[in-house]
Amino acid sequence: MKNFLSILIISLLISLNVNADTDGEITINQNESNEEVKDCFEPVNRGIFAFNRAIDGLVFKPAAQIYKAVPSPIRNGTSNTLNNLSNLVTIPNNVLQGDFKDAAHNSMRFVINSTVGILGFVDVASWIGLDKKDKEDYGQTLGTWGVGPGCYLVLPILGPSTARDSIGSLVNISGGDPWYNVTVRNDTHYFSDMDYYTSKITTGIDFRAKNLTSIDNLEKNSIDLYAAVRSLYLQDRKRKVNNSKKITETLDDSDWEEIDIQ
Amino acid sequence: MLLKIKNIISFSLIIIFASNYAFAQKPSDLIKEVVDEASRILSSSDPVEAKIINLNDLAENNVDINRIAKYTLGKHRKTISDEEINKYFKLYKKYFLKNFSSRLIDYTNPEIIIVDENVINENFTIVNTILEATSKNPELKISWRVITKNPNKPLILDLLIEGLSLAKAQKEEFNSIIKNNDGEINALFKVMEEYIIK
Repeated sequence: MKNFLSILIISLLISLNVNADTDGEITINQNESNEEVKDCFEPVNRGIFAFNRAIDGLVFKPAAQIYKAVPSPIRNGTSNTLNNLSNLVTIPNNVLQGDFKDAAHNSMRFVINSTVGILGFVDVASWIGLDKKDKEDYGQTLGTWGVGPGCYLVLPILGPSTARDSIGSLVNISGGDPWYNVTVRNDTHYFSDMDYYTSKITTGIDFRAKNLTSIDNLEKNSIDLYAAVRSLYLQDRKRKVNNSKKITETLDDSDWEEIDIQ
Repeated sequence: MLLKIKNIISFSLIIIFASNYAFAQKPSDLIKEVVDEASRILSSSDPVEAKIINLNDLAENNVDINRIAKYTLGKHRKTISDEEINKYFKLYKKYFLKNFSSRLIDYTNPEIIIVDENVINENFTIVNTILEATSKNPELKISWRVITKNPNKPLILDLLIEGLSLAKAQKEEFNSIIKNNDGEINALFKVMEEYIIK
């Protein structure tokens, strides 16, 4: 297992250094460094994408449809609990990005919702004016530190990623996620491995349920679904890494302007 | 005589400026009109075919389809022949209208609130709106890129759902198809035609 992880990390590090494509078409510009994301393993990625779609059709979509039938107060409560747990990764990343104000804000939200909010089921913090902030992860932190995204990857079950974001995910299971530490990594007698995996699977189903219509719509209206998903994922990560609050901060007008000068 | 001509010119200029001012449309007003009209069409009791025709009219009048067509073709617009470009424009219009109505037809009565507008420069304005949550779907932030080169007739260029550009995603789909078929534009035409008749 350790050998496998080492090989995986080395492969990811190598792919971080791949020279970017310059055709500017299947790539996306990152504001901070003008780096472009290359789809180095496209044939393999497309294969895994097809596999993930099959799993989605067999497992996640039906589960999301059943989950949608659950009364909305229970769904909202479940969503709140999962959001509350995600603070355990967001807070250290706020600190690592030097955003101490958000770290304090999210810590207060976590304490209030975990106690008064009954293990996060009720978002009491929002009621008292501590609004929900954006989630942060180790991939975003690496991005804010100037690490380029590397190659675009599609991971089995987990879906779209980049070399940088995959390394970020590995940090979670290497001590960076306190929830993983108390459930899987260390035997605390309070939680079991199942608690962690159940929370992750439920997060996937919750996300799928919230996006049932939009994903159906995307599938129905894309002429190359793989390319559309890749584009949307990379755009989303760019926004998150840049911590853009306004839409206009991430817009690139040059392509639109260029049309008129030709 | 010269004075008379001068007066006529001055009068004409005043009329032109006044009419420009009178008919200049704010991008947020355009979006409000489009959203209200789309909502009226989608919530009507008309058959689906009639709704699609009305939605297509709405798009043709308020979206800069040709400019989006150029944008989505990316670098390939510089290398293909005039004949191919013309074929592309014709196909793209059909493709766009089908795509537009197909994306909207699933919504019965969308409630969209205009939040604000950000002028990027003299050519582009972003209008920010919110699609209100329903029992089925969560709230969505939708921003509209509007081209204002002609202030009297602003037109929609792009939709950004939670900050993600649909035009950019479409551009990357098109380029992916061309790239994976050895740069052959006809491969894109074939896929577009299949989508249109689907």
